[in-house]
Amino acid sequence: MPGSVELKMKKIRLIARIDVKNEFAIKGIHLEGLRKVGDPNDLAKNYYESGIDEIIFMDAVAAYYDRNSLSHIIEKACADVFVPITVGGGIRTIEDIQTALNSGADKVAINTQLIRDPDFLKEASMTFGSQCIVASIDAKKVGDRSWEAYIDNGREPTGKDVVKWAQEVQFLGAGEIMLTSIDAEGTRKGFDCELNDEVAKVVSIPLISSGGAGNSNQVVELTRKAKVDAVALASILHYNVESVGAIKKNLMQNEVLIRL
Amino acid sequence: MSGVKIAVIDYGVGNIKSICNAFEKMGANINVTREKEDILGADGIVLPGVGAFPHGMKKLLSFGLDDVIRQYANTGKPLIGVCLGMQMLFDSSNEFQDTKGIGLIPGKVEKLPVLDDYLHKLPHVSWNEIEVIKGHSNNIISDVDGSDMYFVHSFYATPDSFENVLSTTNYSGFEFCSTVKKGNIYGCQYHPEKSSEQGLKVISNFIDICNSKG
Repeated sequence: MPGSVELKMKKIRLIARIDVKNEFAIKGIHLEGLRKVGDPNDLAKNYYESGIDEIIFMDAVAAYYDRNSLSHIIEKACADVFVPITVGGGIRTIEDIQTALNSGADKVAINTQLIRDPDFLKEASMTFGSQCIVASIDAKKVGDRSWEAYIDNGREPTGKDVVKWAQEVQFLGAGEIMLTSIDAEGTRKGFDCELNDEVAKVVSIPLISSGGAGNSNQVVELTRKAKVDAVALASILHYNVESVGAIKKNLMQNEVLIRL
Repeated sequence: MSGVKIAVIDYGVGNIKSICNAFEKMGANINVTREKEDILGADGIVLPGVGAFPHGMKKLLSFGLDDVIRQYANTGKPLIGVCLGMQMLFDSSNEFQDTKGIGLIPGKVEKLPVLDDYLHKLPHVSWNEIEVIKGHSNNIISDVDGSDMYFVHSFYATPDSFENVLSTTNYSGFEFCSTVKKGNIYGCQYHPEKSSEQGLKVISNFIDICNSKG
């Protein structure tokens, strides 16, 4: 069995990203101007039953207020959602990660704390394994093929170049990167393909692209222009623009490999 | 059918809530435990696990669970290891440093070779097909041949004997053993508890085996 050299393409994961504020699933534009879109657990169950590959819950205001409060939502979700669950927003300490995992999360997504203390990433991945640490990077375009990393849910610039920061988080032990384009986020006008391409070229860990998905053709376009491993979908699902099934069907027709 | 007693071995590594939920949904009575009596008295046991091999083994040894698992295995009752839990059933791994495993399945654990690191990243985090080896279809992988399962790993286990390989999976042009069986000892490299309906089917197949042995 080993030794075969047939190079098969990988399957792109479709992830439902559910931003949460005060018990409600919400959606913003450019990570701001938040609108309620439903109950996070109802949405998660619905997306699971329609064939989503993974779920990400993000506490939309946790970083701002220094808190994390999604535990009960995760506990409820993992009783009827049997695909991987990631939780993010406001994770500051090893104990926060432990709490998230004990609640039933498989991975945690961390942004602000990694910028404040890059050694925290090393410690977290040594403690829990890199497979459970997703480095979340919020990117804002600042020039031609140049992006700056932001923290506190898109509010604070950090002075860090996104492409360099992506390489650094890989070096420090991140198992995956979730890259959110603040400019594209919530606009439904499509992904920032250049941004994703620049980052995909320099990292050898899986890349999740987030921000901008308004229809499945844009997902097809992204996979042709950048070697991403997964895409996060929010508006397109929350506003019933296309169902998970319809998105997968279109991807298949366009020869993008996915889980059936 | 229901009421089968499954002990999920708690050695302080990773998220075990999901695996408990999945077994409960498929009708098992779950006991999360590190007590010898509970483990030896169960109809089936699950060895979960994520993270690094040396850390996992260290935790198992610190509770004396490697011995308990070997004793349990000798009873002939079914045991399943998941992900790192599967890897630890083997003789050894070279993750970070050479580390001895529980040694129930002859073979070793090594790093996945990646032929093209632009197209294929490590860890291998994706849904990927399992291809059942002919003659092994009537088993924990009954009715799931060709299904996509969810993988998260950088290392893979190779049994010394091909007889022990129930299914293989191809990543980046490299085929590795994704489901293993030696007698009453089973293992899957993927996470059945995270692999939607097809993964739950593997779990319910395992529960059926526990029932028929009990």
